[in-house]
Amino acid sequence: MLDLVWLVVVVPLVSGLGLLVWGKEGDRVGHLVGTVASAASFVIGLVAFVQLLGRPEDDRSVADTLFTWISAGPFHVDMAYRFDPLSALFVLLITGVGTLIHVYSIGYMAHDERRRRFFAYLNLFVAAMLTLVLADDYLVLFLGWEGVGLASYLLIGFWQHKPSAAAAAKKAFVLNRVGDVGMALAIMLMFAQLGTSSIQAVNATVAGQASESVATALGLLLLLGACGKSAQVPLQAWLLDAMEGPTPVSALIHAATMVTAGVYLVVRSNGIFDAAPVAQTAVVVVGLVTLLAGAWIGCTKDDIKKALAGSTMSQIGYMMLAAGLGPAGYAFAIFHLVTHGFFKANMFLGAGSVMHGMAGPDGEGDVDMRHYGALRRAMPVTFATFGLGYLAIIGFPGFSGFFSKDKIIEAAFGESFWIGLAALLGAGVTAFYMTRLMVMTFTSPRRWLDDVHPHESPRVMTVPLVVLAALSVLGGVLVLGGWIEHWLQPVVGPSVHHELAVPAWVVSVVVTAVVAVGVALAWVTYTRTPIAQTAPADPDVSVLTRAGRNELYGNAVNDTLVVRPTRHLTRVLVFLDARLVDGLVRGLADRLGDTSQFLRTPQTGYVRSYALSILVGSLVVVLALLAVTLA
Amino acid sequence: MATLLLADRPDIAAPTIEWSLLSPLLVVAGVAMVAVLVETFWPRRTRFTAQAVLAGLGLLAALLDTARVYVSLDRVDGDVVGRGTPVAEGAVTVDGPGVLTWGLLLVFALLSLALFAERRLDGGLSAFTGRAVDPPGSAGEAEATRLRLEHTETFPLLLFALAGMMLFASANDLVTMFVGLEVMSLPLYLLCGLARRRRLISQEASLKYFLLGAFSSVFFLYGVALAYGYAGSFRLADIDTAVTSRTGGEHLLLAAIGLISVGMLFKVGAVPFHQWTPDVYQGAPTPVTAFMAAGTKAAAFIAFTRVLFVAFGGASWDWRPLLWVVALLTMVVGSLVAIAQTDVKRMLAYSSVAHAGFLLVGLAGAYVADSERITSVSGLLFYLGVYGVSSIGAFAVVTVVRDAGGETTHLSRWAGLGKESPFLAGSFALFMLSFAGIPLTGGFIGKWSVFSAAWSGGYGALVVAGVLTSAVAAYFYVRVIVLMFFTDPVGDGPTVALPSVLTTVVIAAAAAGTLVLGILPGPVLDLAQHAGTFVR
Repeated sequence: MLDLVWLVVVVPLVSGLGLLVWGKEGDRVGHLVGTVASAASFVIGLVAFVQLLGRPEDDRSVADTLFTWISAGPFHVDMAYRFDPLSALFVLLITGVGTLIHVYSIGYMAHDERRRRFFAYLNLFVAAMLTLVLADDYLVLFLGWEGVGLASYLLIGFWQHKPSAAAAAKKAFVLNRVGDVGMALAIMLMFAQLGTSSIQAVNATVAGQASESVATALGLLLLLGACGKSAQVPLQAWLLDAMEGPTPVSALIHAATMVTAGVYLVVRSNGIFDAAPVAQTAVVVVGLVTLLAGAWIGCTKDDIKKALAGSTMSQIGYMMLAAGLGPAGYAFAIFHLVTHGFFKANMFLGAGSVMHGMAGPDGEGDVDMRHYGALRRAMPVTFATFGLGYLAIIGFPGFSGFFSKDKIIEAAFGESFWIGLAALLGAGVTAFYMTRLMVMTFTSPRRWLDDVHPHESPRVMTVPLVVLAALSVLGGVLVLGGWIEHWLQPVVGPSVHHELAVPAWVVSVVVTAVVAVGVALAWVTYTRTPIAQTAPADPDVSVLTRAGRNELYGNAVNDTLVVRPTRHLTRVLVFLDARLVDGLVRGLADRLGDTSQFLRTPQTGYVRSYALSILVGSLVVVLALLAVTLA
Repeated sequence: MATLLLADRPDIAAPTIEWSLLSPLLVVAGVAMVAVLVETFWPRRTRFTAQAVLAGLGLLAALLDTARVYVSLDRVDGDVVGRGTPVAEGAVTVDGPGVLTWGLLLVFALLSLALFAERRLDGGLSAFTGRAVDPPGSAGEAEATRLRLEHTETFPLLLFALAGMMLFASANDLVTMFVGLEVMSLPLYLLCGLARRRRLISQEASLKYFLLGAFSSVFFLYGVALAYGYAGSFRLADIDTAVTSRTGGEHLLLAAIGLISVGMLFKVGAVPFHQWTPDVYQGAPTPVTAFMAAGTKAAAFIAFTRVLFVAFGGASWDWRPLLWVVALLTMVVGSLVAIAQTDVKRMLAYSSVAHAGFLLVGLAGAYVADSERITSVSGLLFYLGVYGVSSIGAFAVVTVVRDAGGETTHLSRWAGLGKESPFLAGSFALFMLSFAGIPLTGGFIGKWSVFSAAWSGGYGALVVAGVLTSAVAAYFYVRVIVLMFFTDPVGDGPTVALPSVLTTVVIAAAAAGTLVLGILPGPVLDLAQHAGTFVR
């Protein structure tokens, strides 16, 4: 099966394209076809994974070239994939969580008349994401990178009849372009400096063949790409708006898989980052800032999906932080990425289930947590699964998030006390906003709007929730006995442990204590005073809340720094175009027209004048020849 | 007695004629003569069909024969590789460029023949007058129409003109060349005056063309005489020998070059010898215009190139500056005056003038080196092929857009044609884009090839001027497209007559050719490159 790994890409790709061109008659079974394609991909990936497990440790990397993509002079790109421990984990995550979300979507999108198209896009996304993680060349990776960007755009704007959805899709696309420019420049720089864009070759040779400044430039450019795709500061502004997409999309693309591509990129490019300490520091800074900013935003949002999106930003910040720590953190970045994929997908789907249950008479799902409350009884399965995800994300001992976040904080303390402290603070805030979300949604008194009758979602939606909840609980086993570090060692090198001043268990206890404080604070805040059905107006809340609600003024910054200057520039250019360029062109055209009228005057229609012009012409020709040559 | 007479007979050796190599030309001329007999003896009722079929079969046979001849040409090594050999005692040369031109001319003639044979458009009658002797508007004319008379002499005339063109393009001495020129021109003068509709301007066109054509032929002939005075021979190769050995009498040579060029420049429609073009293109029956635009231009350009490259190649520094100026003038005047035209046929005529200018750029470049780069001859051949196919297609569209008075050639009547007939308007738009030299059409590759030859020949400034005038020319081509697709029709809008399969096939084939030569020019460009240089 290892030499058929390319099928995991091809199956959903063919299915996605087929679903797109299939006519109306495909509507009845389109969703099933899409789900089966994704599941088939998962099965292939699982078999390949097991076979990879069965191989000796130093032989766990299978590369194969399907065909030569580009061969132009010294530039050569193979359409090649590499199935190694890192990509194998991703294949399982993408196809596994992807398939569960396909199943969930069958129920969630049941009443949407464009459901077949939705599944086509989901399939295309899966294919593109798998291309991204299986690529053995940065250019092929870029192909997948753009593919997931396109799928993300199409799915955020899936309900394109809503102007807000169309605008959000556009925003995501544009901000991603900024990052993509970084990616593209990085690939060009690789070719210019190293003569290749093969991932293996670049990472193996960058330390020896290129100066540190080139490695730093490569690292920073790749980081720019990663920031765009993973919604890290300063390109974070699109992720919250992206929640306009259907909730399964938020779960799959904007929580579990695509947004983590930036982390994957950094880990995959470990050769470059190991050779560029400055770029590594930049990754740490970006990760830390985003971690805290996301958590802050998560504390203030009343929209359940946006609160979760803030949380996603924050958790990816953790992963970025870990990835920036170098060999000490690569494995834990990926570990947290996997566990986060489980519990965040679980909670997003849970949120979708809640919205589904809270849908008003118009069928529109309600996302405002201030209209929720007391859903514990109304939606027991959703509550239970969501609760398990909650325990996982705050890092309740024994749950998957406990292990993965703990490891990152530990590694951060190993790097520097202050970085560790900031990561620790983030854990406390995470506990605060997640508890707030749980309280407002499930345990507080009901604040339902009229005509809303919460009910549990159908089986097709709850079964994926149960599976994901189980994974959220059990995901921590990957770290037992240092398995994940060991498994990823062929890709990222041996894990480096910094000696801490205190034993590791002390760190765990401290983290747990901080989390407990966060939980307690939220509990006290949101159970003591009743929650209003409408949010307090901006002037009535603290400066911190106002900033969080405005997403830390990310949009305002973008507006001031980029959008408005660009608009002014556009106006100037339009003016110049209208007056100067058009004036020149029109003037020139008028003059040409006049010349045309003038030149046609000899065309009298009289043969005698034509003959005269021939005669004169001949004289000129002959005399000119004689004059020029004989003179 | 008989013995005595025989003994006195001067010893005349029979000339050697390479029948096999000359056969395409002979087939065309032979079929033309058979057609004259058919004209005399075939019953009138089915004569039209008989003539059309005969001409068609003859052209097809000649085309196949041309392919056979082309393949059989021998390679001639020299400074630059050529293929072929002089035949018929050196009067004609059958070489790569010449035979390819035969092929082009035959293709043009086949397409034009289909337009000649079209009878559906004008109520079952051809585009030619029923009885040419009747004065326009007379009772006799009305009677001829009532009796459904048709002149079927048009078919032999087409074939004779074609034979003249073929001879013109491959003549190896100046006298043969003049004979070719006249054999080509005389039938065309006649054909121009045979329009069924608007007979007055048709006859005017015919007369103008004849008078000016005769006038310019005299210049050509005088140039031939001067060349003979200079070199003592009509043969191009001998003139070349005289030029390269600098026999003296430079003024004779220069006057010869100048006067022969005038005759040629008249035929290709270059400024300032172009003024007949719009009047004749407009007045002639449109099928004739199509044939003339494509065929005359191809034959005259190749003959002109042959004279300049073979006979006067050693004096190229004398004639290249002349062509430089003429090319520039021709491009500018053709492109600019076309802007002011309101009649489709006149606009196409000025467009043809502008194209003569672009072709002259390639000719003035005079790039003949044997290398991977495209030479002037190959560039011209490709350009002529593309231009001819697109032109015939464009004029074929003109024949179909009609009202009660025949073809409606006023541009304002073409507004909204895109809605009326997407196929016609789309094809016409394609031809316009090709004329404008927009990529993915043959016109782009054609312009690229002549310009690149001129560039290789060191005439970069002229190429820049050519590109700029192309931009000006694009204006009036695109204007027609805008008119057809984005302008609401005035009044009833244009009417499109339903043509028979003949015209439809011509338009479709021309459109396909234009497109294929633009997207996959490789094979045809290779063919043009493979033709090699002229063989003397």
